[in-house]
Amino acid sequence: MPEGTLCNKKTVNTVEELHALLADKSGKVYYDEMNSLEIDRAALKATLQKTCKSRIRTWLEICAHCGMCADSCFFYMANNRDPRQVPSYKIQSTLGQIVKRNGDVDNAFMQMVMDTAWGKCTCCNRCGMYCPFGIDMGIMFGYLRGLCFSQGFVPWELKIGSGMHRIYQAQMDVTSEDWVDTCQWMAEENEEDWPGLEIPVDKENADIMYTVNAREPKHYPEDLAEAAILFHLAGENWTVPSVGWEETSLAMFAGDWDACRIQVQSVYDAMERLKPKRMVVTECGHAYRATVIEGPYWAGLKSGKTPVPSFHYVEWVAEALRTGKLKIDPAKRIKEPVTYQDSCNYIRNAGLKECAREIMSYIAEDFREMSPCKEHNFCCGGGGGMNGLGRYREQRNIGLKVKRDQILATGAKLVISPCHNCWDAIRDMEEIYHVGIRWSFLKPILLKMVIVPDHLKPDE
Amino acid sequence: MYELVTGPLAWLAFAVFFIGVIARIVLYIKGLDWKLDRVTYTVNVSYGIRGALRSIFVWLFPFGTHSWRSYPFMTILVFTFHIGILITPVFLIAHNVMLWERWGIRLWTIPEPVADILTIAVMVSAVFLILRRIALPEVRILTTAYDYLVIAIAVLPFFTGYMAHIQAPDYRFWLILHILSGEIMLVAIPFTKLSHFVNFFLSRGQLGMDFGIKRGGMKNKGLAW
Repeated sequence: MPEGTLCNKKTVNTVEELHALLADKSGKVYYDEMNSLEIDRAALKATLQKTCKSRIRTWLEICAHCGMCADSCFFYMANNRDPRQVPSYKIQSTLGQIVKRNGDVDNAFMQMVMDTAWGKCTCCNRCGMYCPFGIDMGIMFGYLRGLCFSQGFVPWELKIGSGMHRIYQAQMDVTSEDWVDTCQWMAEENEEDWPGLEIPVDKENADIMYTVNAREPKHYPEDLAEAAILFHLAGENWTVPSVGWEETSLAMFAGDWDACRIQVQSVYDAMERLKPKRMVVTECGHAYRATVIEGPYWAGLKSGKTPVPSFHYVEWVAEALRTGKLKIDPAKRIKEPVTYQDSCNYIRNAGLKECAREIMSYIAEDFREMSPCKEHNFCCGGGGGMNGLGRYREQRNIGLKVKRDQILATGAKLVISPCHNCWDAIRDMEEIYHVGIRWSFLKPILLKMVIVPDHLKPDE
Repeated sequence: MYELVTGPLAWLAFAVFFIGVIARIVLYIKGLDWKLDRVTYTVNVSYGIRGALRSIFVWLFPFGTHSWRSYPFMTILVFTFHIGILITPVFLIAHNVMLWERWGIRLWTIPEPVADILTIAVMVSAVFLILRRIALPEVRILTTAYDYLVIAIAVLPFFTGYMAHIQAPDYRFWLILHILSGEIMLVAIPFTKLSHFVNFFLSRGQLGMDFGIKRGGMKNKGLAW
């Protein structure tokens, strides 16, 4: 069975394999090799037999073809109501056909499937809320991505991403040493302004074990410093693990379920090792979804819960504001109109809408909801890995129009976006459409308005 | 012929219907897998039940969900169609007379004019459902011949029953066709998309459990469907 050297059914498990992929600029050779990648029909058939059970088969079978999912999809709306963007059509013409043909499909078909699964769906799960039968096409696209991955049909960046998780247990090449160094660096860099500031590594029995997105130590270390300062101001007894600090999962976007398990297991091992009372995750949507919501299942935890209770950053902030651990200076609250980007992964798919509203009630004087909002909010346009995929950049940019119009309709020029993917998508939207908006995570906003207790102020 | 369709064929149709429907329920539940579906069905049971019931209940009411409210015309069509289909055959006087004659049991009945209205409403809404399939590009692209066949199977008993009821010429022909088409519908339920007769509840319940147990149900008051 012919396989490419880069594009194949094998997973990436060594640094050499990873570097070979990275050296192939924009995946040119990779996608070239994909054209001659053969399908292992027997394996596909066996996988369907083993993993495609009554839930998905029933969904595919009973779909009444009513089209009520159409308007729920931002891709459908952004593409001038192109019927080929109707969620039901997208899933029936891909997974539906694979199941119907019991895996008897060819290369051209699988490439179309890949382009649909990653280029026309962000797995935001909004369509599932609009189907009278409760058919969640986002879940099916997630499953379909797994089938594609197992056959080698996965976008180049995500093959790399899942390899990163397999090798570094992080979405980027950040080693444990790099991470611990960054923690020390950030603590030292800020201790003058914040006497007593620490980033305690591997402290046992802390109240909070804080975990992050690898982009933070790699590209935005000040985010880590801001988190440390806020924990410091709130008087939290907290720590970060030297290993198992990464929450994200490009493996989830890729459909590499084994890498998903490896990744979350590293975090759960850190929980077992350090025995914190609870875990708090940084301002990232899919990281929370992967490690807190879906992760226990990949790791085979029968409770469906993480080894210690886990919280998204917005839950911690809401609690800190509610209990007075963090106090806001009323004079410094946001005066201008401001809106909030509900991330699909921790709002729709994890139920944290009220935390977001509670936070906004403390920090903003003119908070404007998008319409629709909360669990009905549209995807930012960059979810499900979409932001990082060169092959689908154009589709992504078209999709951003829905979020752009939603934001503009609020009249707000500032968007609070406690999710890396949403944050990126909104940044790119501004770059492309020049609508004159600003966007921010919570941490820098909070730091600007939080009251610093006298005993924590630097000596003049 | 009348003896055949009201005797052995009727027994056969009802047997296939009941056994088929029970089999669908059993197979669906047996095919649920906590690890593959990523829902702990048997661990966080109370959250699961709450999520499932909410997910089913709100969708049973016209305009009860965001989706129903987004498509008012479709919502009216769907509810008219289904209320007629479910109420009419069970509570029709003529059907209950037969039940009484054969087994000495009967249910509540609806007045004949109401049955007439419901029957016509089923047929009219079916026509609009078909027109909608043809007119809207987002529905047209999904539509296959099978979708029309399913509508035909569901509506034929009403059309033929109505013809028999208004004593159209060839009463006996319409009556036998009515009984036959009713039997076809019963048999079709477990084997076609009409299985949503039970799968609606199973699928809605499953997604409700998913949201109720895993996707936020333990941290909030429940999804606003």
